[in-house]
Amino acid sequence: MSQLYDLCALDEIPRQGSRVVEAPHGDVAVFRTADDRVFALDDRCPHKGGPLSQGMVLGHRVACPLHNWLIELESGEAVAPDQGCVRRHEARVDNGRVWLSIEG
Amino acid sequence: MKKQKLVMVGNGMAGCRALEELLKIAPDLYDITVFGAEPHGNYNRILLSPVLAGEMTLPDIVLNDFDWYRDNRITLHAGKKVEKIDRVRRTVIAADGTVAEYDRLLLATGSTPFIPPVPGSDLPGVLGYRDIADTEAMIAAAQSHRHAVVIGAGLLGLEAANGLKLRGMDVTVIHIGDWIMERQLDRVAAGMLQKALEDRGLKFLLARHTEALVGGESGRVAAVRLKDGMTLPADLVVVAAGIRPATGLAESCGLHVNRGIVVSDTLQTVTDPRIYAVGECASHRGTAYGLVAPLFEQAKVCATHLAEFGIGRYTGSLTSTKLKVTGIDVFSAGDFTGGKETEEIALHDPAAGVYKKLVVKGDRLIGACLIGDTADGAWYFRLLKDQQDIREVRDHLMFGESSLGDTGHAGGNKAASMPDTAEVCGCNGVCKGTIVKAIRENGLFTVDEVKKHTKAASSCGSCTGLVEQILASTVGGAYKPTTAADKPVCGCTDLAHGAVRQAIRDNKYLSIPAAMQGMGWRTPNGCTTCRPALNYYLISTWPHEAEDDPQSRLINERAHANIQKDGTYSVVPRMLGGLTTPAELRAIADVADKYAVPTVKVTGGQRIDLLGIKKADLPAIWADLGEAGMVSGHAYGKSIRTVKTCVGSEHCRFGTQASMRLGVALERMLFAMWSPHKVKLAVSGCPRNCAEAGIKDVGIIGVDSGWEIHIAGNGGIKTEVAHFLCKAGSDDEVKQIAGAFLQLYREEAFYLERTVHYVHRVGFDHIKQRVVDDPENRQTLYERLLYALKDAADPWAEQVANAAKKRAFIPIRLTEPVSA
Repeated sequence: MSQLYDLCALDEIPRQGSRVVEAPHGDVAVFRTADDRVFALDDRCPHKGGPLSQGMVLGHRVACPLHNWLIELESGEAVAPDQGCVRRHEARVDNGRVWLSIEG
Repeated sequence: MKKQKLVMVGNGMAGCRALEELLKIAPDLYDITVFGAEPHGNYNRILLSPVLAGEMTLPDIVLNDFDWYRDNRITLHAGKKVEKIDRVRRTVIAADGTVAEYDRLLLATGSTPFIPPVPGSDLPGVLGYRDIADTEAMIAAAQSHRHAVVIGAGLLGLEAANGLKLRGMDVTVIHIGDWIMERQLDRVAAGMLQKALEDRGLKFLLARHTEALVGGESGRVAAVRLKDGMTLPADLVVVAAGIRPATGLAESCGLHVNRGIVVSDTLQTVTDPRIYAVGECASHRGTAYGLVAPLFEQAKVCATHLAEFGIGRYTGSLTSTKLKVTGIDVFSAGDFTGGKETEEIALHDPAAGVYKKLVVKGDRLIGACLIGDTADGAWYFRLLKDQQDIREVRDHLMFGESSLGDTGHAGGNKAASMPDTAEVCGCNGVCKGTIVKAIRENGLFTVDEVKKHTKAASSCGSCTGLVEQILASTVGGAYKPTTAADKPVCGCTDLAHGAVRQAIRDNKYLSIPAAMQGMGWRTPNGCTTCRPALNYYLISTWPHEAEDDPQSRLINERAHANIQKDGTYSVVPRMLGGLTTPAELRAIADVADKYAVPTVKVTGGQRIDLLGIKKADLPAIWADLGEAGMVSGHAYGKSIRTVKTCVGSEHCRFGTQASMRLGVALERMLFAMWSPHKVKLAVSGCPRNCAEAGIKDVGIIGVDSGWEIHIAGNGGIKTEVAHFLCKAGSDDEVKQIAGAFLQLYREEAFYLERTVHYVHRVGFDHIKQRVVDDPENRQTLYERLLYALKDAADPWAEQVANAAKKRAFIPIRLTEPVSA
């Protein structure tokens, strides 16, 4: 079962940046891309657990700040040649608000 | 729109590389059809020698298998030789009648072995050495026959002879020249190589001419007769007397051919602009290249033209040679014989089998010839290619790059002889075996590709030289070293750092999107390499005008703190000149208590580091420190870090100058200065130099009469002693000179280039002319620096004061869910 949360205004996440959300299971990173879409992933790189929220947002990808792994925001999968996957969550923008749904 | 048709004739390394480059930049522009005379996909022809020697197998050397052609929707006619080109109807016709139409045609027919016209050269058992079929025929012959004769002691001939010997044949090499590999080696080096090969059982007959190949009763070749009357038994004759560009097809359709298909700098044939030629079949400015590195350069240029980008010209290549005979290291490049105006530096140790000769002209290295120890081949080749000024390092040149004072990872070891389990990259824990495997399995050719696949050399970079060598020894001649000056910034652009800086200045780009659009960036948002570089170039070129984009800075600069491996941060307040006060120390102690800071450490830059801080606590800590008057130490930035000082004449018995006073003044002047890389200064009050000014970007040493200014030292990965720039009489003069040098560095260096590498690249004289010899220029540089640093604000105070900025540090807490 999933829970839907009204997170914040879109403007409270910097464009090409992110915010950290304290979720029951651990931190979730919510990203806002240059084209104003939002994506949410667990804030742990599949490589060494680096905080993806602190990485640089490139198109629809984020580069982990520790070792520069690239992670697809849409799927949570690492970009080849790296291999790994991080859990993703449903996020969307509605009327200027960011909505996040987290599996309970 | 209907797609254009591109037909490629020849399915070898150069042609396929051109297609790969084309697919990268214009994947949907053409319907592509490829004809290859051999019934295989594209393979690494250079590695046929290891296959012959039994060190690799054919599947190991495949670069593009049939799946690759299918995945890229390329129609491959493998095993179909094209016999005719009809330039009027724009079709090519293969021997079996297959016809393909083209809008553009790419000829990559390669070369064929030159077989001298001696009687018997058409007998069974006489082979050239070119392709998989030749290699297989040699392997088969070695199983059933005994005597092999190789004609020609060039690179290919020696590799063939070595392989046949390893497969158990009795091998004699016949050579016309007075010594072997005369195009790559001088007489001494050739003698040493010959001896090493003779020790392995090869036999040599030099300065001999073949008169005829004699057939036996079976019809197969049985002997080789020389002009001096000598006859050698031979069941297999490998002719390696050079190659000729395969131009028959081009000639038959009327293209201009002169020892190769004549092409322009865009790789278009001079006769018909619809037809391109790359690789060994092409003749560019009178040269047909036989080594793979130049062919890849041609392929890249050709691809950009096929993609209708219209940029890039091929202007010729400098080549180097490596012999692929395991256990015998040979390297040669440039003009290794020398002549009148040249000097030679040589080292000759016959017992150890080592010979090194470097040819120097003026202050430049122009040639190198190495036997036995080729570890520094890649370095010499770089010096040669870049035309670097070697005056400073000439004393050490012979002893290799590692003698220049690094910590031993730069490649002093012999890459080829390292065991697979040896660690190459200490930062990422990558062993040699992992790198070799990645190179072979993924067909890697550049250090960047190796970095991406293995992470080796992707952190501190000190093992780059070693990775380069492993790459060179694994892929052989296919490896082409690149240099900082002409290397593109990253995969998002073809422009090098210098060109990007120039474009930003010329076009007055003021934002990253404008710069990317103006320079034709390939990716919409760049990557972690180009974005921080562009951001720095913009704000340093157009201070107070260009937009500083925090999202294009790496995390440390964005968070104004250093991220640690567990995701916590460290905080280092500034202490000008390493001086502090009881009040400041008390504030630091209070912060450490209040926020339960787990580690408090004194840094190498004479200040205090608070480690293990949660990101959410950063703004509050900064606010507390700010109340005590402390500001950011920029310990996280590509920026001014510290000015380290000794006690100096204020207290020290030996001090001759007031080093603390000057240090504080310099650090205050440079506050919040962004730079291509981190910048560290030191001021010592006397030549005892307790502040270690000799290894700083700018090091200042007090003497009786004033100050000595040293620049471009480095205490990091590669320890480098700073060079004396000039003397200064007063504190103000030091500020002006040091400021002018740093401004020059800020304006000219490439992003992530430390002062040591920058000065090495542009030359010490370049700095001296602009900063010391030209007082007017010095003053304008200094003024530009002061203008850029005008009104510099404390970034910590800015984050604390601005609600939106501060918010970015605080996590969002989940409230009640809206619905279930």
